[in-house]
Amino acid sequence: MNRSHRHGAGSGCLGTMEVKSKFGAEFRRFSLERSKPGKFEEFYGLLQHVHKIPNVDVLVGYADIHGDLLPINNDDNYHKAVSTANPLLRIFIQKKEEADYSAFGTDTLIKKKNVLTNVLRPDNHRKKPHIVISMPQDFRPVSSIIDVDILPETHRRVRLYKYGTEKPLGFYIRDGSSVRVTPHGLEKVPGIFISRLVPGGLAQSTGLLAVNDEVLEVNGIEVSGKSLDQVTDMMIANSRNLIITVRPANQRNNVVRNSRTSGSSGQSTDNSLLGCVQQVEPSFEPEDEDSDEDDIVIEDNGMPQQIPKAVPNTESLESLTQIELNFESGQNGFIPSNEVSLAPVASGTNTETHAPDQKLLEEDGTIITL
Amino acid sequence: MRRFLRSGHDPARERLKRDLFQFNKTVEHGFPHQPSALGYSQSLRILAIGTRSGAVKLYGAPGVEFMGLHRETNAVVQIHFLPGQCQLVTLLDDNSLHLWSLKVKGGVSELQEDGSFTLRGPPGAAPSATQITVVLPHSSRELLYLGTESGNVFVVQLPAFRTLEDRTISSDAVLQQVESSQPGGGQSRAVCRLPEEARQRRVFEMVEALQEHPRNPDQVLIGYSRGLIVIWDLRASRVLCHFLSSQQLESVCWQRDGHVIVSCHSDGSYCQWPVSGDAPQPEPLRSCMPYGPFPCKAITKIFWLTTKQGLPFTIFQGGMPRASYGDRHCISVIHDGQQTAFDFTSRVIDFTVLTEADPAAAFDDPCALVVLAEEELVVIDLQAAGWPPVQPPYLASLHCSAITCSHHVSNIPLKLWERIVAAGSQQHTHFSTMEWPIDGGTSLAPAPPQRDLLLTGHEDGTVRFWDASGVCLRLLYKLSTVRVFLTDTDPSDSLNVQGEDEWPPLRKVGSFDPYSDDPRLGIQKIFLCKYSGYLAVAGTAGQVLVLELNDEEAEHSVAQVEADLLQDQEGYRWKGHERLCARPGPVRFEPGFQPFVLVQCQPPAVVTSLALHSEWRLVAFGTSHGFGLFDHQQRRQVFVKCTLHPSDQLALEGPLSRVKSLKKSLRQSFRRIRRSRVSSRKRRPAGPSGENGEAGAPAQARPRPLQGQEGAARPERAGVQSMELAPVQRRIEARSAEDSFTGFVRTLYFADTYLRDSSRHCPSLWAGTNGGTVYAFALRVPPAERRMDEPVRAEQAKEIQLMHRAPVVGILVLDGHNVPLPEPLEVAHDLSKSPDMQGGHQLLVVSEEQFKVFTLPKVSAKLKLKLTALEGSRVRRVSVAHFGSCRAEDYGEHHLAVLTNLGDVQVVSLPLLKPQVRYSCIRREDVSGIASCVFTKYGQGFYLISPSEFERFSLSTKWLVEPRCLVDSAETKSHSRPRNGSGPEKALDRTRNSGSQSDGEERRPGRVMEHALLNDERVLKEIQSTLEGDRGSYGDWRSQRVAVGYSLSNGGAE
Repeated sequence: MNRSHRHGAGSGCLGTMEVKSKFGAEFRRFSLERSKPGKFEEFYGLLQHVHKIPNVDVLVGYADIHGDLLPINNDDNYHKAVSTANPLLRIFIQKKEEADYSAFGTDTLIKKKNVLTNVLRPDNHRKKPHIVISMPQDFRPVSSIIDVDILPETHRRVRLYKYGTEKPLGFYIRDGSSVRVTPHGLEKVPGIFISRLVPGGLAQSTGLLAVNDEVLEVNGIEVSGKSLDQVTDMMIANSRNLIITVRPANQRNNVVRNSRTSGSSGQSTDNSLLGCVQQVEPSFEPEDEDSDEDDIVIEDNGMPQQIPKAVPNTESLESLTQIELNFESGQNGFIPSNEVSLAPVASGTNTETHAPDQKLLEEDGTIITL
Repeated sequence: MRRFLRSGHDPARERLKRDLFQFNKTVEHGFPHQPSALGYSQSLRILAIGTRSGAVKLYGAPGVEFMGLHRETNAVVQIHFLPGQCQLVTLLDDNSLHLWSLKVKGGVSELQEDGSFTLRGPPGAAPSATQITVVLPHSSRELLYLGTESGNVFVVQLPAFRTLEDRTISSDAVLQQVESSQPGGGQSRAVCRLPEEARQRRVFEMVEALQEHPRNPDQVLIGYSRGLIVIWDLRASRVLCHFLSSQQLESVCWQRDGHVIVSCHSDGSYCQWPVSGDAPQPEPLRSCMPYGPFPCKAITKIFWLTTKQGLPFTIFQGGMPRASYGDRHCISVIHDGQQTAFDFTSRVIDFTVLTEADPAAAFDDPCALVVLAEEELVVIDLQAAGWPPVQPPYLASLHCSAITCSHHVSNIPLKLWERIVAAGSQQHTHFSTMEWPIDGGTSLAPAPPQRDLLLTGHEDGTVRFWDASGVCLRLLYKLSTVRVFLTDTDPSDSLNVQGEDEWPPLRKVGSFDPYSDDPRLGIQKIFLCKYSGYLAVAGTAGQVLVLELNDEEAEHSVAQVEADLLQDQEGYRWKGHERLCARPGPVRFEPGFQPFVLVQCQPPAVVTSLALHSEWRLVAFGTSHGFGLFDHQQRRQVFVKCTLHPSDQLALEGPLSRVKSLKKSLRQSFRRIRRSRVSSRKRRPAGPSGENGEAGAPAQARPRPLQGQEGAARPERAGVQSMELAPVQRRIEARSAEDSFTGFVRTLYFADTYLRDSSRHCPSLWAGTNGGTVYAFALRVPPAERRMDEPVRAEQAKEIQLMHRAPVVGILVLDGHNVPLPEPLEVAHDLSKSPDMQGGHQLLVVSEEQFKVFTLPKVSAKLKLKLTALEGSRVRRVSVAHFGSCRAEDYGEHHLAVLTNLGDVQVVSLPLLKPQVRYSCIRREDVSGIASCVFTKYGQGFYLISPSEFERFSLSTKWLVEPRCLVDSAETKSHSRPRNGSGPEKALDRTRNSGSQSDGEERRPGRVMEHALLNDERVLKEIQSTLEGDRGSYGDWRSQRVAVGYSLSNGGAE
């Protein structure tokens, strides 16, 4: 999440903004330039300065419009906090060592008051154990849309991250048929479709996959010509880092590339992309995705440890260019409007810088939907 | 195109690959599935068998084999060789005739179809008018007489199949002549009334018999089903004489001199008729009902054969007393006061008698009776006293008892080979000493370069040892493990003891016996050490036997040990079968492999893996619960390890409860299909407004012109289309540690390697489970001099958990030169270089999804090939094979031969794990074929194409066992004997193959339902294992290849 963020999504308001900051029992009030809030680091320094706690590690939180206590710990959520604050930005500061992480979160409106009282009275005994939400820097993505710029607009490439076994992937596939445009005209071809999403499963919770989406690729390998069982085996074999390219049954939420917003830095030039698409290598070779390299060995009844690689691999997962959007609802202060509307995703992709080594994997030309 | 192949594209390597690898299906071993016709050529001395799937197979002298496949998959109903020629005519059940010929090309004979023909009647005639019932190839070699259901006999000229309409012998003409030839009154009036009646009711019915006069080619005999037999003069087109029987005619035999006719009838009787020109309507010489007087079944075929001694042989099929023996499949032989009814365990398809071949000879002098039964070929020596059976050198019924596993051992040392052969010869004493009488053609195949054994384990607890060195798969020796156990039936009772005065004089013949006394006796794993002669076999009820080859009969007791694999796991209840009861006290064992140790796993689940180390005298075994190591020298258990996951309840249930769940799941899938059919029918009137899949369906139903190569894909698509009726869903979920059967031990491997530190190597045992876990135990085996004094010790040294958790199907250690470690005792026998113990060893773990190389002793991941992620295929079989180059005599490489669940065979290189070649070998739906596959150490393989047949294939350019043979007829004798090379017909054969190869992929819409079920591989496997009996419905006839020569230089990879 270290990329430069587009400014001023909510910068319609003008002038300064009042900030009310609370640390322990002390309050400080100051003001910020709403249009130029600066960086989080500067803001953090400012808070330490106004509260006169220069060498104390603190957690910064703010109350958003719903009254939820949300953390501020990077530029993104800082800007979000500034842009949504109306009229006052209320800041709550806790010492890191005595921080009550459970205070953060969106929970429900009913709990809203408790959230605040918890912060106000840290010694308040909680009746129910809360779900511990770790700090955003500890967050890991559970799903993402990737390679938006190199795929046809009708396609979507979704990456599902499976950590351990806590949450099932939770979907089913089936045989079906779809219509393609080929040099010989329209042709009906067998295809693989998502047939069911398990409630509460990873696939459903991302909102990126839906029933009747046609599966086109699994981790870069086209599924056309493969049987349902083959595709099942491929998906299970890749289940720890599954990248599925689908043609969504609902084409209304597609990324619309031409109507991108302007003004962001490092924006890719889509026009040129089409030209360079053909000769470059695919963006991800299956060999690259070695997240399942963590086989475990137990030596002489000792402790389990991960098996190291004998040959250091220079390529790593992180070298892949991708947009990772966290859709676990409400975490990180980044609130998707809902599962259906993917507008933020669309605009976000356009701000992406793309390494030249991206490639369109689709070769079967135009694809029409009935 | 798969990406990983692109990277290493190196022309030199590509060339080398062509020298090393080549895929061929070479020969089919065993007995043809569902035979339907038998033919024999006296002049060629070649036997032909046709099958219900349209194959025709020819067999002559051992090694002389041909296979042809009709384009239609219709059953072959009749096979007739053209007299004195290398040609044969087949009649299929679609009433088409096909002419085949054996042509010599480049020195070897090939079976080719020359043409086909369907008899057409006049326009508007009933189809039965031209339905062929009998075929008579005339000795003129250019005419075929075709008897039909209408009673007409049509004449067709060969080889062009031109109908000679003016020569047709119509039933009307025959009838007219028969009437006119009546003397007109007198004593024959009573008989001649019948034909008149007959004409009214069209009772001529069909032609049942057509025979040429043995001496005079101008006369043929025509027998009609209602009992009229006429002798027809072809020149004068007139009836010479006729015979009228009151019974329905089944078949006719014309004696060698032409003076007597023998007819057999539906009431179980047969009649002899004198043939003489002056009495146009003779009375029978003799009429007899051999198994009367009570009602008998029909005698369907009869032979009346003369001998020099004077007393004839009467051989006939059927005729048994209807009430008491009507269900028997019998052929009776009567000669010189002796009468035997050979009783077959399966239906008799047809039979023939081998006689004096020279047509001019005065007597038939039958030498052998050849009977084609549904499940086996039985040949009986008619010259030796007691008429003993002859052991066939081929066409072995592999499935006498269903095959449950197989194991191949290459390059058997001569000593062991001789001992096995000697042990086997003592079991074959009941066979006749007669030379194999069907000895046509010459095998030109070079003598097999080495002795190979194929061991098959069977459901009845036997292990059969087959000579798999050459084209003929021959039974060497049969080992039975039944004696070790107490079973309901005593094995000695199974011998058919027949009383003296028994009538009818039944005698059981043949070896096909599909009934197993006790399914627990079934053999599941076999491991033979070819150097020491130690054999380990393991079975369905957790029994593990260690056997030793002994040339003498011996009586001793078998040491029994129980291996408790659950150990201290509490609260489990085994719901499966009980373990077998061992026979207490000493047991008498015949010469051969004699068991001396019996380990019984507890719970008595089926043994799923087995390894034997003859040098260390250790045997390792695994089940779904764990694995154990047994020291068979000290007869002591070394250790057991429970691999069961605590949550895995399924593994504790026995096979019985799994059958139940299978039934349930089958029922559910049927219900699902039915339900979805109903719903789609309901939805149809609403128009194509359904969801994605449904909407497109009507469009597909309309015919659309085929466009180019899409034509080939259409049937498949159609299959997918109709499958939408029953959408099969697949759940996508990562494997978890809690899955069922994760503890199932899939593979066991002994290795002397660096397990703990890089300075000291030690014996080790490796085990891989279904859940992707690899256990490694360091072993301490005492030196030879103290081997009996000190115990073998084992200590767990490593446990590797593969995160993808796919079943581990193979474990292998590569030495410092990346060469797989040799087999035990291989080095001691100077048959292998000793392994390199200097460089670092590497561990190769093959799971169903990935190949992974780790370093040793510190386990770190080095290389991998993710097969499933790339191709969606999973590893079913993996084995190290040595591939010799066809160019350089001494060049060869070790690689992995791999069979996937899609039926592809691949070669994956060692140690770099680069895919080398891939060929499609078995249809992916043929789960039993895939499950039965075994690889040899030199790049060949076997798999079952039916319960009774192994297909042999080769991935190697160097090791190729296939028939090369020559059949000479009188005319082709002048052809010069060939030299070796035979390039051109290879290409020819290819074209034939390519014509038919595509139907491997093809799926007819009618089979979609079957396909939908077959698709669920697990369900199918369950069906296979539980309903073992009829698993043969997917014979793989894709390989049409006929005897083909190969030239060593022609090593093109496909």
